[in-house]
Amino acid sequence: MENEQVIIVRDLVKKFGDFTANAGLNFHVDKGEIFGFLGANGAGKTTAMRILCGLSSPTSGLVEVAGYNVKTHAEEVKKRIGYMSQKFSLFEDLTIWENMRFFSTVYGMNKTAFKERGEMLLRKLELFEKRNRLVSTLSLGWKQKLAFTVAILHEPSIVFLDEPTGGVDPITRRQFWEMIYEAADNGITVFVTTHYMDEAEYCNRVTIMVDGRIDALDTPAKLKEKYQVNSMNDVFLALAR
Amino acid sequence: MIQFTNISKSFDEVKAVRNVSLSIDEGQLFGFIGPDGAGKTTLFRMLNSLLIADEGSIELFGLDPHKDYKKVRQIIGYMPGKFSLYYDLSIEENLNFFATVFGTTIEENYHLIEDIYKQIEPFKKRHAGKLSGGMKQKLALCCALIHKPKLLLLDEPTTGVDAVSRREFWDMLKSLKSKGITIVVSTPYMDEAGMCDSVALMQNGQIHAVESPKAIVDNFQKELLAVKCNDMYKALLTLRNYENCYNVYPFGEYLHYIDKRDSKPIEDINDCLLKHDLQEIEINPVKPDIEDCFIELTRKLSV
Repeated sequence: MENEQVIIVRDLVKKFGDFTANAGLNFHVDKGEIFGFLGANGAGKTTAMRILCGLSSPTSGLVEVAGYNVKTHAEEVKKRIGYMSQKFSLFEDLTIWENMRFFSTVYGMNKTAFKERGEMLLRKLELFEKRNRLVSTLSLGWKQKLAFTVAILHEPSIVFLDEPTGGVDPITRRQFWEMIYEAADNGITVFVTTHYMDEAEYCNRVTIMVDGRIDALDTPAKLKEKYQVNSMNDVFLALAR
Repeated sequence: MIQFTNISKSFDEVKAVRNVSLSIDEGQLFGFIGPDGAGKTTLFRMLNSLLIADEGSIELFGLDPHKDYKKVRQIIGYMPGKFSLYYDLSIEENLNFFATVFGTTIEENYHLIEDIYKQIEPFKKRHAGKLSGGMKQKLALCCALIHKPKLLLLDEPTTGVDAVSRREFWDMLKSLKSKGITIVVSTPYMDEAGMCDSVALMQNGQIHAVESPKAIVDNFQKELLAVKCNDMYKALLTLRNYENCYNVYPFGEYLHYIDKRDSKPIEDINDCLLKHDLQEIEINPVKPDIEDCFIELTRKLSV
């Protein structure tokens, strides 16, 4: 199906006491899209993403993810998403294969399906021969590629990436984005939060949050044109400064 | 002047720094640019006397960090990657502490930190642990400056800080440089190279190049093309299999493509993409940036 919407957000408001973290957000994300979710520290990104993942409930408004309302069907949402964060994604003292098996169990995959898909993904990553190595012995770049593979192991509709590529070298970084392109090509929607603006340039569309609101939503090219600047960094500075 | 001569350092089997030689002029804003694990922190810790090199020598304004470590520590302001602040002390108490340790007072060198400190002063009674990332970074910088160092050594000061705070931070460094302080800074973010007078591109313990950011870009010999179309992933795979392709990789909204031939290949590439049913094709020559240079230098080394 073309242009099937896998995330629908209408008038999302989230308050903590008197503090409004999300002040009426409206957007949607299409199937297979790479969607960038940007904003300064404290702009409300994490709050919104926790709601999209079914970890927190909106104060008001409608949020549908993978066809389910996050307020009433949070568990159904959780089964259909993957999550990867730079801070925590893998167990350092387990091997590559043990990590994969652990997460396959968390996502309720059956053993045969896991063995087949796990092996296929690891072979593609050229890590299958090294599957019994401890994750702690891998470089940061390999950990990130493996963490992404784990996040899409159960073939989720949407994978959420929280600042995925900080600190790795330019070549590894591009291998990582190729994996993201490939996942999107296979119909997995990719939702990326970051405050590094050059990551935003890889997205099909980006939103920029400022003080709990969405102040901009468009393709990187159109945003740059609108603000008459050459980079997403300058778009961001124009909006957030 | 700061001079590294044939410096190597290993931790068990890991060769963190391999035979590094370079010099940094006094008064420069000098950047070490490289990914995690490149050896930046190890190099910094040898310069500031916290580690001793296995081989080679270091000279810092005429001093040897190993032998003259007491003097060296007095003339360096060091800001480690994880800001070394006391989280259960307030802003003011942290600053006071660092001033006292170095035998000075806040008042004596206030002119150096004034512009930065004014931004966090309204919160001076707040515990450092309760500050935002940007504010911690500003306080840590004040603490590193309070004894009026000759050299400011900043290890990944902008990692994990948002774009607005990053820009402000670089503005602060430029203003400190104008006060005559030599600044050596490391970062994994290639886009920050342009802010430095000179940069060393570093990976796997080795230095790929030491030059001004402009010279690094000018030394890029190949013709670089930016390619865009309706299906970027398919275009990437198509061009990678194209017989004349030297290198192609994603670059933000575009693919960056380098051809094996010297002639301008725009027409050929256009035909190749059209043949594979790609549409809305845009191909333009572009100037390389530091990331392109880094990729090319890495490639040359690995071949």
